[in-house]
Amino acid sequence: MSILLDRNTKIITQNMTGKTGMFHTKSCLEYGAKMVAGTAPGKGGQVVDFQLDNGTTVSVPVYNTVKEAKEATGATASVIYVPPAFAADSIMEAVDAELDLVVCITEGIPVLDMVKVKRFMEGKKTRLIGPNCPGITTPGQSKIGIMPGYIHTPGHVGVVSRSGTLTYEAVHQLTARGIGQSTAVGIGGDPVKGMEFIDVLKLFNEDPDTYAVIMIGEIGGTAEEEAAEWIKANMKKPVVGFIGGQTAPPGKRMGHAGAIISGGKGTAAEKIKVMESCGIRVAPTPSEMGATLVEVLKEHGILDKCITVK
Amino acid sequence: MNIHEYQGKEILKRYGVKVPEGKVAFTVEEAVAAAEALGLPAVVKAQIHAGGRGKAGGVKVARTMDEVRKYASEILGKVLVTHQTGPEGKEVKRLLIEQGCDIKKEYYVGVVVDRSTGRVVMMASEEGGTEIEEVAARTPEKIIKEVIDPAVGLQPFQARKLAYGINIPNELVNKAVTFMIGLYNAFVDKDCSIAEINPLVVTGDGEVMALDAKLNFDSNALFRHKDILELRDLDEEDEKEIQASKFDLSYIALDGNIGCMVNGAGLAMATMDIIKYYGGEPANFLDVGGGATTEKVTEAFKIILSDKNVKGIFVNIFGGIMRCDVIANGVVEAARQLGLDKPLVVRLEGTNVALGKKILEESGLNIVPADSMADGAQKIVSLVNS
Repeated sequence: MSILLDRNTKIITQNMTGKTGMFHTKSCLEYGAKMVAGTAPGKGGQVVDFQLDNGTTVSVPVYNTVKEAKEATGATASVIYVPPAFAADSIMEAVDAELDLVVCITEGIPVLDMVKVKRFMEGKKTRLIGPNCPGITTPGQSKIGIMPGYIHTPGHVGVVSRSGTLTYEAVHQLTARGIGQSTAVGIGGDPVKGMEFIDVLKLFNEDPDTYAVIMIGEIGGTAEEEAAEWIKANMKKPVVGFIGGQTAPPGKRMGHAGAIISGGKGTAAEKIKVMESCGIRVAPTPSEMGATLVEVLKEHGILDKCITVK
Repeated sequence: MNIHEYQGKEILKRYGVKVPEGKVAFTVEEAVAAAEALGLPAVVKAQIHAGGRGKAGGVKVARTMDEVRKYASEILGKVLVTHQTGPEGKEVKRLLIEQGCDIKKEYYVGVVVDRSTGRVVMMASEEGGTEIEEVAARTPEKIIKEVIDPAVGLQPFQARKLAYGINIPNELVNKAVTFMIGLYNAFVDKDCSIAEINPLVVTGDGEVMALDAKLNFDSNALFRHKDILELRDLDEEDEKEIQASKFDLSYIALDGNIGCMVNGAGLAMATMDIIKYYGGEPANFLDVGGGATTEKVTEAFKIILSDKNVKGIFVNIFGGIMRCDVIANGVVEAARQLGLDKPLVVRLEGTNVALGKKILEESGLNIVPADSMADGAQKIVSLVNS
């Protein structure tokens, strides 16, 4: 039914008692996510009550460390809302506690901190999504992070993206056409990060309930080109793409730390060229991501199967 | 963040990277005094945040004090146009006066963060003095790389591999190793995003030196480098971009006439793209972030409108967590405060969208609503072109 996350996934919020942590823990609980614990060093032993819109109250215990939180609750995933100066440490704490999945929302982590984190993660089992990402949603089941839950519909199209708001845009266009999503993953806009396009595409490829994928990239780096080559060689399902930043000037960081054309590398034109040569249909404008997918689903004769809301 | 060459060299010197003796000069008199202290020949180098200065006439070798005076007065105040400055160029306000040296051969050494490996990589090439991008395009085999394990840092054997690989003379390999390790240490200690030495030179008297130095810093890490922040030269940055950064807005000036205000970097880029697709030209990239308050929206409008080329504004908001009614109120309030008299197209989508549209409609302001990104882009393009 999904990748990485389902209705049974038990989740820890790292730095839950902060303003951002409280707000989004509540919003994930509203969506149905099993938020079973929070961490906040020095606040272990406290319990936070969340009053949900449906009138119920959920009590979430707070622990000093991720290890304690995991042992007490059986959680297998965490989400990080820790300020940038301390976020790398929090990721490594979650990896050390041997969680399966860590989602780091924090924007603005120094890139050399992430270089150390990646080195630390080598040989360990944890998967990291982000940092600087909106998180992951499995529609109708659970969500980790800050995506607006209500725009999603359960179904069979996987979404993977380097941009938060463009993920929402794509999901919204799909939902408006009755096309549900299996899982939407925002991998984040930083140059050094956890899961890359290929890591997510592999999971979508193996997931029997994902029939097609939308991949949303942007300028900077060569992850889209590498993913396109991988798709050409391995992907059994149709993939539709979009690349943001076709009009971006070279040498300027376009909001995301990773969105920069440097030394003539990482342009949208180059990415689109490689993607198209690998058989990926690329939407000409962000408004046409949904329409482009519909076209491709029709050609593959799976449009009907993908329309989950008639 | 960028700094000047002379500042970069001062940092590198502290890490054992050899650089020519030099002094910064803000006036012709200071330049002459510096040359008198350093001796002749002296090199007069324009200090701007862009490469390609030599070709644009910003670097001259002076053999006499008269020449120092002549070149310094020519270059100070001159607007240099290089392939990195854009057509408007950059005015030179500082000079670096440096001891000349006897160059035997030029090389290239650079340090970057490599995305595919997630590690710091040192690159070196025998083709010094030319743009490394050109070398990469023409003769990629002439660039050699060492991927560095962050747990142990650049090891001497790796530096030796690079030094031998680019044919540094045998007797100077040890000096090159010291140079490279110093460069790597500076990169990591100061959270650089790029450290480029082009050219690295070997000299007649057997030195391995950085003749030029370009250091860029990771702006996410500046919170732990107060010393680097002090080197920021606001003269080198766009005024609107400085203003935006004060309000935590991400803004980049472009050449077009349609101002854009968007939430989210990806959507902001895509908005520029779709304006262009429908025949318009975006005037800027602007990401107001997730929490678009009235204050932020007002500041964003002010910055957009301070660009005299702007003939209309397209607001494109996908309210996820952020509610559309809050954003609509912000837009109306800001437009009123500023007495906005240019076409304004607003596309709202997301939570409470109906309420948001109602607020815009009832404001009595001349706001054109749009149903989608495409609709909004088409509307603003036709309004600006009519």
